[in-house]
Amino acid sequence: MNAVQTPAAARGGAPYVRLEGLTKRFGDFVAVRQVSLDIARGEIFCLLGASGCGKTTLLRMLAGFETPTEGSIWIDGVDVTHVPPYERPVNMMFQSYALFPHMTVAQNVAFGLRQDGTAKSEIDGRVHEMLAMVQLDGYDKRKPHQLSGGQRQRVALARALVKRPKLLLLDEPLGALDKKLRERTQFELVSLQERLGVTFVIVTHDQEEAMTLASRIGVMRAGEILQVGTPTDIYEFPGSRFVADFIGSVNMVEGRLVEDEPDHVRIQCEQLGCMVYVDHGVSAPPDAPVAVAIRPEKIQLSREQPPGTDNLLAGRVTGVAYLGDATRYLVQLPNGFQLRVTAPNVSRREERFEQDDAVWLSWHPSSPVVVTR
Amino acid sequence: MKPAAASRLGRWGVIALPYLWLTIFFLVPFLIVLKISFSNVQLSMPPVEPVLTWGQDHVMQLRLHFSNFAFVFGDRLYIEAFLDSLLIAAVSTVIALLIGYPMAYGIARAPGAWRNVLFLLVVLPFFTSFLLRVYAWMGLLGRAGPVNGLLLKLGLIHEPLQLLQTEFAVYLGMVYSYLPFMVLPLYSAIEKLDLTLLEAAADLGCRPTKAFFTVTLPLTREGIFAGCLLVFIPAVGEYVIPALLGGPDTLMIGRVVWDEFFGNRDWPVASALAIVLLVLLSGFVLLLQYVQSREREA
Ligand SMILES: Nc1ncnc2c1ncn2[C@@H]1O[C@H](COP(=O)(O)OP(=O)(O)OP(=O)(O)O)[C@@H](O)[C@H]1O
Ligand SMILES: [Mg+2]
Repeated sequence: MNAVQTPAAARGGAPYVRLEGLTKRFGDFVAVRQVSLDIARGEIFCLLGASGCGKTTLLRMLAGFETPTEGSIWIDGVDVTHVPPYERPVNMMFQSYALFPHMTVAQNVAFGLRQDGTAKSEIDGRVHEMLAMVQLDGYDKRKPHQLSGGQRQRVALARALVKRPKLLLLDEPLGALDKKLRERTQFELVSLQERLGVTFVIVTHDQEEAMTLASRIGVMRAGEILQVGTPTDIYEFPGSRFVADFIGSVNMVEGRLVEDEPDHVRIQCEQLGCMVYVDHGVSAPPDAPVAVAIRPEKIQLSREQPPGTDNLLAGRVTGVAYLGDATRYLVQLPNGFQLRVTAPNVSRREERFEQDDAVWLSWHPSSPVVVTR
Repeated sequence: MKPAAASRLGRWGVIALPYLWLTIFFLVPFLIVLKISFSNVQLSMPPVEPVLTWGQDHVMQLRLHFSNFAFVFGDRLYIEAFLDSLLIAAVSTVIALLIGYPMAYGIARAPGAWRNVLFLLVVLPFFTSFLLRVYAWMGLLGRAGPVNGLLLKLGLIHEPLQLLQTEFAVYLGMVYSYLPFMVLPLYSAIEKLDLTLLEAAADLGCRPTKAFFTVTLPLTREGIFAGCLLVFIPAVGEYVIPALLGGPDTLMIGRVVWDEFFGNRDWPVASALAIVLLVLLSGFVLLLQYVQSREREA
């Protein structure tokens, strides 16, 4: 399931959140480098990247806890770069939840509203509405230490949402949950977001989570955003070796462009020992070194030799992992290079390949992704 | 011996040792004082009647004089001394808290390297004797002392102020002496505080000053309780500071006890005073602990 929404920006609306050349240095260390980004209203934007790449730092700048070294932040047309956190129309759900231990669940959720001087009766109403929404009615008198991890996470979410912020920031919101609860909460989060229409920026290092939640993903490395796109874009059309490799599993081989036509290219790959034929053009100078990325699920295995000569290899199965929904194979080419192949288990009695079987590998000319960076 | 038994013995040893210590050095002296408080003055050494006597005809006699307590509660001097001590200790505790909290806060939030230096500065006075430090204040506050000298030089006053032997000097000495006992528990409480809670407060629209009162202060309450107890309890019975810095009108109970013991050689009344003080303070501590545990449960 993807909460795919068309970003308002794509529909021609003005960006709701705009980052311009945002840079954060800690001493000599550059934690976030020249990030420019537009986020549309009602979007779920995921920041995805390895540990230490600057996701939290970027989020903290949006919340106002860190002052950018350079650049500016605009929310709903207002420059908030130097607005203190307590005056920003932004709320954050902390990685550690940061619930106030000396307050009850209801007091925690009411805290933000009390700061605005909202009337007591309205506070009570909104707190209960919020607690009902995160399915915690009846827990209002408990203290945070009397809750389970998942319940605490939902209190934190309720507390961050009750002020109806323009922008909700979530730092690894599901990090502390087990896999099952995590998956369920992901769906809850998306449906909640759709109901409230609040713009979400979610930080995660779990790519599956990003794919599930996001309308768009920004892939970060070493403080920079390498690529921004829908989950499909990021997965099927990665713009660089890093993105292709970071998202999902991939067979990455180096090659040289030998035939460059507007409607197709041929790439000589030493590692594969064959010519890779790709049915679309590539913007790279002829003879340029390129990388070819082929997803494991896009390679077909067969016992009989398929027709044709391009995109065809012979190999031997050296590893089999049956995962239930799919089977993963490791296939070794005559030159020793190993390829990963995933085959879906469509039928129960389907013939599967065994260790040491001789197989043919082939793929559709539209499958390989050619990246020059 | 089996290892399990050995470890059990070790555990009991660890628990029993402090109790043994307390029994010998606290409970036994306490019982002796308690005994004396029910005794009567007599010219002998020690100058008290024995409470328990083994007389002729094999009769064991226990004579408890309640007159000492009656005397203590009957005399306005003692009641006033008690009230004075409680007042002076309470005011000193509040002043120490007002000074100590910002200090502890500053130290806990100081950058890493500074923190150790500042922390060391707080405990540095302990390296010299308490008595010496109080004497130093006598020198500082005297008519010809540097404080008066400075004020004179600045032209703020035209003749030396009477600083010594005043209530002011007692408060100064109290706050100065007991400040570290306030700062240390406060420091550890503030340092433990999770800073993301303050960020969460700010994120929810709470200004820093308000966040201090709604988040920082309630979450460091245990440190405040501990610090106040550590200052208040010894301050009530303080003898040295009122004796050296205070005037004749500062009648703190510690001084009264001293006078009864060594001036009047009235050990029973002195002991009765000490017992009343102890009961008063224990009651106070128990009450505070009760309040605290009630709050923690709530
Ligand atoms: N206050 C700071 N002072 C110095 N360096 C910092 C500070 N905060 C973060 N950094 C550095 O900036 C880099 C990015 O940190 P950040 O917390 O943004 O990473 P992250 O992407 O959120 O990682 P993770 O997935 O592990 O949470 C890290 O190398 C970190 O060491
Ligand atoms: Mg992080």
